[in-house]
Amino acid sequence: MRYGMAIDTRKCVGCSDCVVACQTENNIEHGYARDWITETVEGIYPTMVLEHRSERCNHCENTPCVRTCPTGASHVIEGGIIKVTKHECIGCGACIESCPYDARYFHTEGWVDKCTFCDHRVNNGQDPACVSVCPTYCMYFGDLDDKNSEVSKIVASRKWKVLAPEAGTKPQIFYLT
Amino acid sequence: MKEELIVSGRMNLNIDPVLNAWHWQIPLYLFLGGLAAGVLFFATLYFIRNESEKYSTAVKIAPIIAPIAIALGLVALILDLKHKLYFWQLYTTIRLDSPMSWGAWVLMLVMPLSIIWVATYLKEVFPKIELKKGFFAKIFNIFLKPVENNDVNWDWKFKWLSDFELLMIKNRKPLAWVLLVTSVILGVYTGILLSAFNARPLWNNAILGPLFLVSGLSTGAASIMWLSKNHEEQKLFSKIDILLIVVELFFIIHLFMGFLAGPQVQIEAANLFFGGEFTIYFGLFVVVLGLIMPAIFEIMELNGYRIHVAIPAILILFGGLLFRFVMVEAGQITRYLY
Repeated sequence: MRYGMAIDTRKCVGCSDCVVACQTENNIEHGYARDWITETVEGIYPTMVLEHRSERCNHCENTPCVRTCPTGASHVIEGGIIKVTKHECIGCGACIESCPYDARYFHTEGWVDKCTFCDHRVNNGQDPACVSVCPTYCMYFGDLDDKNSEVSKIVASRKWKVLAPEAGTKPQIFYLT
Repeated sequence: MKEELIVSGRMNLNIDPVLNAWHWQIPLYLFLGGLAAGVLFFATLYFIRNESEKYSTAVKIAPIIAPIAIALGLVALILDLKHKLYFWQLYTTIRLDSPMSWGAWVLMLVMPLSIIWVATYLKEVFPKIELKKGFFAKIFNIFLKPVENNDVNWDWKFKWLSDFELLMIKNRKPLAWVLLVTSVILGVYTGILLSAFNARPLWNNAILGPLFLVSGLSTGAASIMWLSKNHEEQKLFSKIDILLIVVELFFIIHLFMGFLAGPQVQIEAANLFFGGEFTIYFGLFVVVLGLIMPAIFEIMELNGYRIHVAIPAILILFGGLLFRFVMVEAGQITRYLY
């Protein structure tokens, strides 16, 4: 089992519904966000390219955050999801410094918080909150090890990129271009 | 043109708009760790070379800095933690992949060993301690008791402390070897702590460990030089310091050569120091004021000019501290772009 996500940058309109869905579902403190929208503009008028990406923890295969964690609070669970055990976290910030995607943050109580791929929903067969609310259906979630899953099929058939592959983290979120 | 913006209003504290998760505590801690490592390295080195009488400041007096520096460093480290009450979780596991984990264990080892080292020389260094009145008397009275003796006016309060002192004095050689090795590990660790983060291109290079070790040794040598009242000893540590400064300058050149020959993110990291916002801090204060100037002063002093030993020593300590501040601050700005 290897959970992954594919996000179609040609369909994403940057509405931030995924951000609000996450904040609501996971009861995120005011002002914080586990996922966010990045807007990239390239070129000079009139030939410009606009891209919207819904970004979050990439649940990398090679995890610098788990490697640098001094207590083992950052860990990988079934399906390759990276989670933090809050009563083991000392709030040292090593994982935050080690993440090329700035996907982690200090919870107001001091421990480090991050996207969980909504494991509480996924384990019940549901999609993560961000995926399930997307009004343009631009996000696909599923098991990358299963060749017949929707996400595997779309990753196999479309052109895609991952973020900062040169960081060597092997991200599991694929941006369809 | 390429512009990249987060448009969903993310404003995670200490992460946005620029990563700034580590503040003054970390560089201060790295400096104090390096200083302790340097002081202990020279103390044990000259003890092993059987020169403890010739270089008595280095072997007997200067090590007092080490436990104090480590204790202050640990206070800084705990202040930095955001989930402070859980700090003990560090000592429930050893994770060799995480420099912070084994570094915490090394500190746990060096701290008591350095206290033992200092304590075994306490009777030689401080034969007279005022135990009757004063602020420190209360603290000293926990372990010490006054005795009627002309040479040493105090003794350990408990017999097991006296026995332990004798045992340790007998076994100073193995203790020195263990401290020598752990002090080098401690010095390297202060650099490797940073270089383990591949997401920060400025830190992610192999030379940071040796560079921080040399810088730590140099601050240690400078403090010994400053404390010493013996001209021979001052001259020796002045020479050692010049050598360490030259090595450090070489390492810094290597560091930037590596960056400029590296990928775009490392070129951008180097540019923070070549015209970027850290140019003055690093170029003027760290390199010129913290390395080149003290080296010139020391060379002048060795050639007979009279320069107070405190001047190069303070410059080196100041340079070492600022170097760590600059590296930690600048490193957090550097990142992979996508």
